[in-house]
Amino acid sequence: MQLTAIQKFLWVLVGIAGLTFVWGLLWMGPRSDQSGSSQDPAFSAAFELTDHQGQIRSEEDFAGRWMLIFFGFANCPDVCPTTLAEVAAVMDGLDGDADKVQPIFISIDPERDTPQALAEFVPLFDERIIGLTGTPEQIAATSDTFPIYFERIDDASAPDGYTMGHSSHLFLFDGQAGFVDSWPYGTTAEEILTDLRKRM
Amino acid sequence: MTKVYLSAVTALMLAAGSGAPAVAGSKDVVVEGAWSRASIGTNRPGAAYMTVRNAGDEAVTLTGIETDLAMRPEVHRTSTSDQGVSSMAPAGDIRIAPGETVALEPGGLHAMLMMLQRPMVEGEAFELTLSFSDGGEVSVEVPVLGMTARGPKD
Repeated sequence: MQLTAIQKFLWVLVGIAGLTFVWGLLWMGPRSDQSGSSQDPAFSAAFELTDHQGQIRSEEDFAGRWMLIFFGFANCPDVCPTTLAEVAAVMDGLDGDADKVQPIFISIDPERDTPQALAEFVPLFDERIIGLTGTPEQIAATSDTFPIYFERIDDASAPDGYTMGHSSHLFLFDGQAGFVDSWPYGTTAEEILTDLRKRM
Repeated sequence: MTKVYLSAVTALMLAAGSGAPAVAGSKDVVVEGAWSRASIGTNRPGAAYMTVRNAGDEAVTLTGIETDLAMRPEVHRTSTSDQGVSSMAPAGDIRIAPGETVALEPGGLHAMLMMLQRPMVEGEAFELTLSFSDGGEVSVEVPVLGMTARGPKD
């Protein structure tokens, strides 16, 4: 069957509409699941990346614990340190329950964020936070697994001539790596802690 | 505690140490609640936050910032889309209407401190000078708080 240019174009549109729909479900679905009931999660955390100490880590390493996962880059002066500071405050607020929660920072800037670069950045906010990075291909794959978006933005005034735009949500996963909830950037540690305590 | 320096027309005059009579506008700017987070070394940019209040009767326009702490200080704006994607870009000139306060705060406008000349050490402070389109300048002492600070009082 020969497709005309218009038919091809329409199929592309159908594809985009489908992807948009699925993406929308990922975002909207979990919001209605307030009970943490037996419903299947919208998606599960899946990764195999290198941590800031050079160890390969996957979601299986954190089975049985809650995971707080967020994305960023070490050259980020505003959003990422702010989120790291909020997560550090959440960990402090959890007191004795802190060992039930694993906070994870995944770099979306693999060019600059070597394990060593993350080691100089992530644990200084809270030594319990694990920084993960990988090859550009591995990091690109995380935006297939997680409903996140990131892009390189050329900016002559920024260090190395570029900055990164990226999803700034904080994601919560349960002990089976199933997605539970997400908080938009700017949610305070106190609000996150209240939500988290209700679920634990 | 906030030292306010004024200059009428150009930085040259300032360099020459000749404080000139103030032009209405930036002399009525009040900078408050300045703070920043400690940096790790000098490789990555820092950020400083504060509120800039125009207590006067005329609009003022913030055109730039300067500090000896960073070779390239610039006001940047973080914006977050409906989809939760955050990105940063130079903010350009910022007009502040009479009576209005512009907040440089996490997740929004911030003084981005690129090419740090020395590490930002908790407990220390640095001077930051805001320049306005009328040639006026306002300097503020910015305390460096801990890395996990979440606001000026931490």
